[in-house]
Amino acid sequence: MPALSLPFAATRRLPNPWDAAAILCVVAALIAVAQVARGGFAGIDTPGAIEVTLDPWNLPEYAVRTTLRMFAALFASLVFTFTYGTAAAKSRRLRVILVPLLDVLQSVPILGFLTFTVVFFMSLFPGSVLGLELAAIFAIFTSQAWNMAFSMYQSLSTLPPDLREAARSFQLSAWQRFWRLEVPFATPGLVWNTMISMSGGWFFVVASEAVSVGDQTWKLPGIGSYVAVALEQRDLAAVAWAILAMLLVIIAYDQLLFRPLVAWSAKFRSETTAGATAADPWVLRLIRRTRLLSAAGGMLADAMATIGGLRLSPRRRARFAEPASSRVTDTIWAGLLCVALAWAGWRVTAFASDWLVWGDLLDVLGLGTLTLLRVMAMIVLASLIWVPIGVALGLRPVWARRAQPVTLFLSAFPANLLFPPFVLTIVHFGLNPDIWLTPLMILGTQWFILFNVVAGAAAFPGDLREAASNFRVGGFLWWRRVILPGIFPHYITGAIAASGGSWNAAIVAEVASWGETRLTAHGLGAYIAQATERGDIARVILGVVVMSAFVVTMNRVIWRPMQAYAARRMTLD
Amino acid sequence: MSPPPSSPKPVLLDVRNCRQAYHKESSADLIVLDDVNLTLTEGEIVALLGRSGSGKSTLLRIVAGLLRPTAGEVLWRGVPLQGPAEGVAMVFQSFALFPWLTVQENVELGLEARRVPRAEREKRAEDAIDLIGLGGFESAYPRELSGGMRQRVGLARALVVHPDLLLMDGPFSALDVLTAETMRTDLIELWADGRLPARAVLMVTHNIEEAVLMCDRILVFASNPGRVAHEVRIPFPHPRNRLDPSFRQMVDDIYALMTRRAVGPRASAAPVDPLAMPLQRVGLNQMSGLMESLAGPPYVGRADLPALAAALQYEVDELLPLGETLQLLDFARLEEGDLALTETGRRFVDADTDDRKQLFGSALRAHVPLVGLIRQVLDERWNHRAAAVRFRDELEDHMSAAYAEDTLRTVIGWGRYAEIFSYDEEAEQFSLDDIE
Repeated sequence: MPALSLPFAATRRLPNPWDAAAILCVVAALIAVAQVARGGFAGIDTPGAIEVTLDPWNLPEYAVRTTLRMFAALFASLVFTFTYGTAAAKSRRLRVILVPLLDVLQSVPILGFLTFTVVFFMSLFPGSVLGLELAAIFAIFTSQAWNMAFSMYQSLSTLPPDLREAARSFQLSAWQRFWRLEVPFATPGLVWNTMISMSGGWFFVVASEAVSVGDQTWKLPGIGSYVAVALEQRDLAAVAWAILAMLLVIIAYDQLLFRPLVAWSAKFRSETTAGATAADPWVLRLIRRTRLLSAAGGMLADAMATIGGLRLSPRRRARFAEPASSRVTDTIWAGLLCVALAWAGWRVTAFASDWLVWGDLLDVLGLGTLTLLRVMAMIVLASLIWVPIGVALGLRPVWARRAQPVTLFLSAFPANLLFPPFVLTIVHFGLNPDIWLTPLMILGTQWFILFNVVAGAAAFPGDLREAASNFRVGGFLWWRRVILPGIFPHYITGAIAASGGSWNAAIVAEVASWGETRLTAHGLGAYIAQATERGDIARVILGVVVMSAFVVTMNRVIWRPMQAYAARRMTLD
Repeated sequence: MSPPPSSPKPVLLDVRNCRQAYHKESSADLIVLDDVNLTLTEGEIVALLGRSGSGKSTLLRIVAGLLRPTAGEVLWRGVPLQGPAEGVAMVFQSFALFPWLTVQENVELGLEARRVPRAEREKRAEDAIDLIGLGGFESAYPRELSGGMRQRVGLARALVVHPDLLLMDGPFSALDVLTAETMRTDLIELWADGRLPARAVLMVTHNIEEAVLMCDRILVFASNPGRVAHEVRIPFPHPRNRLDPSFRQMVDDIYALMTRRAVGPRASAAPVDPLAMPLQRVGLNQMSGLMESLAGPPYVGRADLPALAAALQYEVDELLPLGETLQLLDFARLEEGDLALTETGRRFVDADTDDRKQLFGSALRAHVPLVGLIRQVLDERWNHRAAAVRFRDELEDHMSAAYAEDTLRTVIGWGRYAEIFSYDEEAEQFSLDDIE
């Protein structure tokens, strides 16, 4: 068809009006980032470097700095995910140690460790704000990295054998296989887990910006420390401004980054059947519509494809099977692990006997039980409230579609910003902090329950609903026999997320202050927070270890069996 | 409620002037069922036979009280139906067993909802399970069972309530051929012996032989809008023999009825508007495969549809769209239950890949105006691109959203194969990239 060989390829890349708008946004964002990033490398004695003022006009800058910390941490988490997750999936020997380690790390309440990480990073970069910045970034990293790495590990271990065989038969190098097969396959799960991680991350960024160790307090400019200062100065208006700023930040993050990312990742889903896909988010449409941006995106993709296509290792003669595992190496490896374990055990015992007595452990176990009761009570309460609401929403498709983004948004909002109004109420009415501080623990994490129940009810098969309706199953029988078992696997996923998050939140929720007034509940979280303030490292460690033990035990004794039961009995095939 | 003594067989169900329409935002309502009448008496097995999209499953759900008709009324034992009625039990195509309940618990569910005491519940459930040949599996969970066993549970669950009317929505179509045949004969045997605890059966199927094998009466549905086109009585006594000449003749006649209906409007007046012609989702491999089979030895260019369907293991609603599409493209003709290859069809079979594309391309341009329209728009645009949404919207002005989607998908597949245009799935855009 010769008439069609018009030079349209040349005209296709011409800029259009959308480009002008897009370029303006990109340039503005770059300038803001550059200006703010300079603050991160300033000397700690520079005037204003670690000072926070309550002028609302400073909030945009604080918001950008907070956001930048989030993204720095996200980048670090991605690097960690690609290395740790891959190593755990690919090496049989490393797996023995990496997977259980990850499991424990997931349960460690990282806020308790903030003190040490600050001291550690400050000593790495003496006299610079960078140390503080890195400590904050590290705190966020620890809230994101573990479940992302887990998702990578799980995706890689469930890689379909036929895809693996195809990669082998085309003689892809390890590097090529990683970028051509493994990363794309892991992408949908990874994007989803990153989203959950980011939701938790906002909570930690807010908590980690204002750090006090012993009698010294550092405040990194950011929304979190802005709120901390507002609390000290009893400035309710400033708290409101901070909440507003955070709201805008999360809306922007949700709209500009996350929706497009999720929509984009859908194309890596391995099922060939086209699922029910939502309309493209407007940002993705904008990027596709602007010629320069989409050209830039195309160049980026080409560059990534080139890097991923490098062989990096020499082409080997394809062998039939992986080399048989050697018993000798296995034995040596096991021996090394035993030595490392023995050394670690000796160090821990030595440290504990120097600083702690058995009575400490008893105290901490008692306080841990109190916090455990709180967490359980809150999960039960949140379930009683959100399960019926979630079912009602989920069974109405229109409502479910509207509710999903809202609950995701709510779960991303750092609940610690909302503490002040609660604290104020408790102070005002002189309520018992042991009871009334408790709801703060689940304030941010209850949304996971709602979100998952809505998803479960929305996915409940229409034919089962029809069958129940046809046999006139109603009332309590319907809840017991039909819908509750149907949503149970989803509910458990939500409850696990909510419970894990609540333990972490306990450290900031069991102690609250308003100016000079301090509210303290009896519990493990308060114990850790107070030990941190005193600079009592041994007791912080004890508290954190016991809390981790509680979380791990709860996971093993309650959640895992329930999850296994749900997978065995209640999953629809 | 007692039946009048004058009539020997009391009327169970009376559907009068039923109409089901879904409201559409842009233009006219989408009519799924139009003016359907149906009377069902005790002791009958009736089939609703038709292709997918003819509204037969919708009618079944209306009868079950799961769906309220837009207009018309449904009388159940003389009383207007308000939601699911007590004497009606349904068997689902997808089985719809609760995976978290054992076989016994699944079967008991309907009794539990009626607050039948536990001891009686267990007794009745066991009876139903034994009747349907599932004894010994009471404590199994559905996932431990094969498809046929699962559908037996579905049947036991419906029968345990001793329904006046048993509804079956394509009960055997998710099963393999042998299992389905066993289930059919088992069910008919129970029915003929009077051991089936149901007074009437209404079943949806798209399998003609199944309907002729099992039913006393067949309502043949036509599509777009769905309506009852014919009613056929099957006079044979049970058990019926598939190989009996009169049985074969009946199957042939119904095939002819269904193809005649499908041919009607299209042959008479070619649609002027390229956007008013719905296309069925038929793939190229299916088309060429069917044409090659037709050209091959036993048929040599002409085949009897029931025989062809049996040989290729196709159901009516798979084979008919294929045949109609071949007819549309003038590759074959449907004539009274036969499918015959045309001259162009023969040339297509003999051609190599490139020539096939060429032949298919010219057939598209000649007989599918939508392809020409898309190409024309692309040629006129300065960047030779056009969004698919635009055509979808225009199609939806003339047909239902589902038909519009099918039509668009089909035309994308065909146009790409014939290299008339390209399509970018990500951007949902037609273009002339890579088309020389």
